[in-house]
Amino acid sequence: MPSVLPDGEPVPEDGALPPQALAGAAARPLGFYLHVPYCATRCGYCDFNTYTASELRGSGGALASRDNYADVLVDEIRLARKVLGDDPRHAATVFVGGGTPTLLPAADLVRMLGAIRDEFGLAADAEITTEANPESVDPAYLAELRAGGFTRMSFGMQSARQHVLRVLDRTHTPGRPEACVAEARAAGFEHVNLDLIYGTPGESDDDWRASLDAAIGAGPDHVSAYALIVEEGTQLARRIRRGEVPMTDDDEHADRYLIADERLSAAGFRWYEVSNWATAEAGRCRHNELYWTGADWWGAGPGAHSHVGGVRWWNVKHPGAYAQALAESRSPGAGREVLVAEDRRVERILLELRLSAGCPLDLLTEAGAKAAVRAVGEGLLEPAAHEAGRAVLTLRGRLLADAVVRDLTD
Amino acid sequence: MPATPSSVPEPSRTDPALIRNFCIIAHIDHGKSTLADRMLQLTGVVDARQMRAQYLDRMDIERERGITIKSQAVRLPWQPTDGSGGTHILNMIDTPGHVDFTYEVSRSLAACEGTVLLVDAAQGIEAQTLANLYLAMENDLTIVPVLNKIDLPAAQPEKFSEELANLIGCDPDDVLRVSAKTGVGVDALLDRVVRDVPAPVGVADAPARAMIFDSVYDSYRGVVTYVRVVDGQLTKRERIRMMSTGATHELLEIGTNSPEMLPADGLGVGEVGYLITGVKDVRQSKVGDTITTQSAGATDALGGYKDPKPMVFSGLYPLDGSDYPELREALDKLQLNDAALVYEPETSAALGFGFRVGFLGLLHLDVIRERLEREFGLDLIATAPNVVYRVLMEDGAEHVVTNPSEFPEGKISEVYEPVVRATVLAPTEFIGAIMELCQNRRGSLLGMDYLSEDRVEIRYTLPLAEIVFDFFDNLKSKTRGYASLDYEPTGEQSADLVKVDILLHGDKVDAFSAITHKEKAYAYGVRLVAKLRELIPRQNFEVPIQAAIGARVIARETVRAIRKDVLAKCYGGDISRKRKLLEKQKEGKKRMKMVGSVEVPQEAFIAVLSTDSDGDSKAKK
Ligand SMILES: Nc1nc2c(ncn2[C@@H]2O[C@H](COP(=O)(O)OP(=O)(O)O)[C@@H](O)[C@H]2O)c(=O)[nH]1
Ligand SMILES: C[S@@+](CC[C@H](N)C(=O)[O-])C[C@H]1O[C@@H](n2cnc3c(N)ncnc32)[C@H](O)[C@@H]1O
Ligand code: SF4
Ligand SMILES: [Mg+2]
Repeated sequence: MPSVLPDGEPVPEDGALPPQALAGAAARPLGFYLHVPYCATRCGYCDFNTYTASELRGSGGALASRDNYADVLVDEIRLARKVLGDDPRHAATVFVGGGTPTLLPAADLVRMLGAIRDEFGLAADAEITTEANPESVDPAYLAELRAGGFTRMSFGMQSARQHVLRVLDRTHTPGRPEACVAEARAAGFEHVNLDLIYGTPGESDDDWRASLDAAIGAGPDHVSAYALIVEEGTQLARRIRRGEVPMTDDDEHADRYLIADERLSAAGFRWYEVSNWATAEAGRCRHNELYWTGADWWGAGPGAHSHVGGVRWWNVKHPGAYAQALAESRSPGAGREVLVAEDRRVERILLELRLSAGCPLDLLTEAGAKAAVRAVGEGLLEPAAHEAGRAVLTLRGRLLADAVVRDLTD
Repeated sequence: MPATPSSVPEPSRTDPALIRNFCIIAHIDHGKSTLADRMLQLTGVVDARQMRAQYLDRMDIERERGITIKSQAVRLPWQPTDGSGGTHILNMIDTPGHVDFTYEVSRSLAACEGTVLLVDAAQGIEAQTLANLYLAMENDLTIVPVLNKIDLPAAQPEKFSEELANLIGCDPDDVLRVSAKTGVGVDALLDRVVRDVPAPVGVADAPARAMIFDSVYDSYRGVVTYVRVVDGQLTKRERIRMMSTGATHELLEIGTNSPEMLPADGLGVGEVGYLITGVKDVRQSKVGDTITTQSAGATDALGGYKDPKPMVFSGLYPLDGSDYPELREALDKLQLNDAALVYEPETSAALGFGFRVGFLGLLHLDVIRERLEREFGLDLIATAPNVVYRVLMEDGAEHVVTNPSEFPEGKISEVYEPVVRATVLAPTEFIGAIMELCQNRRGSLLGMDYLSEDRVEIRYTLPLAEIVFDFFDNLKSKTRGYASLDYEPTGEQSADLVKVDILLHGDKVDAFSAITHKEKAYAYGVRLVAKLRELIPRQNFEVPIQAAIGARVIARETVRAIRKDVLAKCYGGDISRKRKLLEKQKEGKKRMKMVGSVEVPQEAFIAVLSTDSDGDSKAKK
């Protein structure tokens, strides 16, 4: 979760949703995101809502401690049950993210998942993912997760190059993420993802190719590749400002993206979202697809975002404040927004256009439709899909997706 | 009529022999307004309780910039300290100090018989002092030389008395020494005005003739017109006639200022005062015009009337196109008080709807722009100021060009540009730097005179176009602030001028077209094109930026096509953030102006247009 929260209206003390949010809910899938806001050390580029032990010391006290975090989070799942009332849905997906979820004992993650199973039930084919830092797991840990019901592992590999990992402040050694994939396979995980970052200062095209090859060689069924974003307020941003490392370059990012798409495609991966590739339909991250298709999910944990039936809300950021609210049986919600029809239309274009399935042209206004025709002319949208009534990005269009979204939402 | 100290002569019944009409000539900041304050106090027209600094500088903007834009006239009764001659009437006319307002200065001077030449005793003579002094001499005014600020430790009264005496040909001992701040010497100065400045002479029983030397719009009273009666008498409730237009008006009120308006029965020979006719626009009551009575009026106007002529033009555009009506209204309002302000609607492909506005000079432009922004709350883009060109075509046709983008195509035989006579005063050590600057600006040396051992007056003929941008800033930086500048238009010259166009993706950007000397066209083109390359964001396609003279490209840069415009990072479920980001980007897109198919941020226009036109501006930094 990024660290800055939006502005919005307050969330009621009991977390109650406006009645219209649950109308027709049964037809939509329901997912859970569980945030674990702890890391052993903070990577210089990272602005996610996560805390190291020393950052927490002195603020939030015992409440914020990761020792009893699983219990606190379970409290929120129980709150979710109350808020959603007699909503009959089982959880279709669960995604544990961070931070570093695997900084907690595997039993804690399993206990959190258990709470969802108890309160909501899990769909028979539920996708249960956790993120993991490569240095934080071993075969026993993975086996415990698998036995506890997890079905998918997502490892933060980032790069195969030592010098790149160093700039990123990653603590694992090259080779470790690939070993993680093997260990996860051995533990019985059918789905494994590797996260990669490209465009790190000092990374060459060849470094990037090596990272891709290493990732592909490890045999995951899913790869996410993100361009390094220099977020304000991070250590990396400071180092760049001081001239210690060069600024990332958008043209280089474009080159790297093309390299990624080429290598991954050649290895049998197919893009299904701008930054995500999978070997088959079954390898896609269904949880992320919930985000992108306007489904419902409950985000539990500090700073986590939720969406149910057109209501978006987000929790207080600090683990101490979060635990405090739940200890007092209050909703940890910090703010929310109730989307109006136009917001939802814009969001649909914004999110769906990034998918390989694209978005239906009938979402567009007259001006947006004209922009779509121009975008086809400029080679940014696929002509055949356009013929068939959908806006689907071409390879070049994916690199300019935000510009296309701006035009199509006119 | 014998006057006693207790009997102050009344307007319309004042013996001209007791009247002294004078003004104060000073370089900016030499203390004219402060001296006027002391005179108001000493003559008792403003008591100490009411006194505030620079009483006569009314407009906020004047107070802030410490400049005087509009002249005023104040009637001051003064009994000379030696008791001689009874109470006199001193009419003090506060002239505008800046070069842009030369014509108004000249009319104010024409209303006087004498002038106080006020010089800062720590600074000495400056260019504006000189320029106005020459004007005063042309008007045959008696000059009373005065050194001000003698209270300052840095004052050098000996040295500058000498300098002043040399300049006007008097004895150094005749130079008065005052401190406008403390008041020292101001009574002696008033005595000297009575002694030296001639009384006005006119024909009392002739048809009335009065010269307008100022005209000010007041939202309560309408236009207040300041006049100096030359012959005859103006009486209240009479009908008057403006001799330049023949328009007649009812005299609703006539009076004098002390310094507030005080109605009177009329004004007689030599008197100075105001009148109100109910007109709402200063252009109906123009500076320099002659007023006479409607019945049995004069047939010959007083000499010297000129229509104010704009010298510098700039396109003013509202940043937000929907403010266009507000801009028009604001200009209409300002024009009520400013006969020299002219404007016409114009449309720019790049900037939208706006006005081409004519100004007397750069200060005038600055002041108007600032008033539009401050008093009317408008955000404006102003195109680079340009002068007026006269273009003769080979087929004999003639074009007057006030907007560079309208420079004619086709066979041109001759282009004329306005020139000025510029006077620069500076310490002698800067002669080299000043001459280099003027030479760079296509100047030709007219002459050079030493005012004293270490100060020199340098005169140049310069194209006005060469000084409208950053000449003064450059001059200041090259002379560490010691040089002063004044200039007056002296006509036109034929020159080798060309129009440089800037093309974005093949489309001309009218707002960036400029007329430059042939030899400077290349430098202008290269500089602008480089600047734009930095300012124009990359687009989905490659954008060539070219500078061209006609069809010939003289400079070229390219903004490479953008290749990546997508956020590729995992933000999980924070969709609100994504939408907000999109909304912000769309806001940014709205602030773009489309030039053909290229999106140009408004800031780019502002950045390019606000830069000076010459490479040597680097010296400033
Ligand atoms: N020390 C000193 N300062 C003065 C004197 N006369 C004017 N000043 C200051 O000089 C500055 C300019 O004066 P001002 O009257 O505005 O000059 P103007 O631009 O000629 O009207 C102001 O800061 C005044 O206070 C003087 O006799 N002595
Ligand atoms: C929630 S984070 C993963 C957390 C996990 N602790 C890790 O670092 O592996 C998900 C992914 O986002 C990507 N990411 C994080 N910060 C980023 C940044 N500043 N720019 C681009 N991608 C980033 C990384 O690939 C990371 O694996
Ligand atoms: S380990 Fe992951 S979440 Fe933690 S600081 Fe590093 S990038 Fe951020
Ligand atoms: Mg003043």
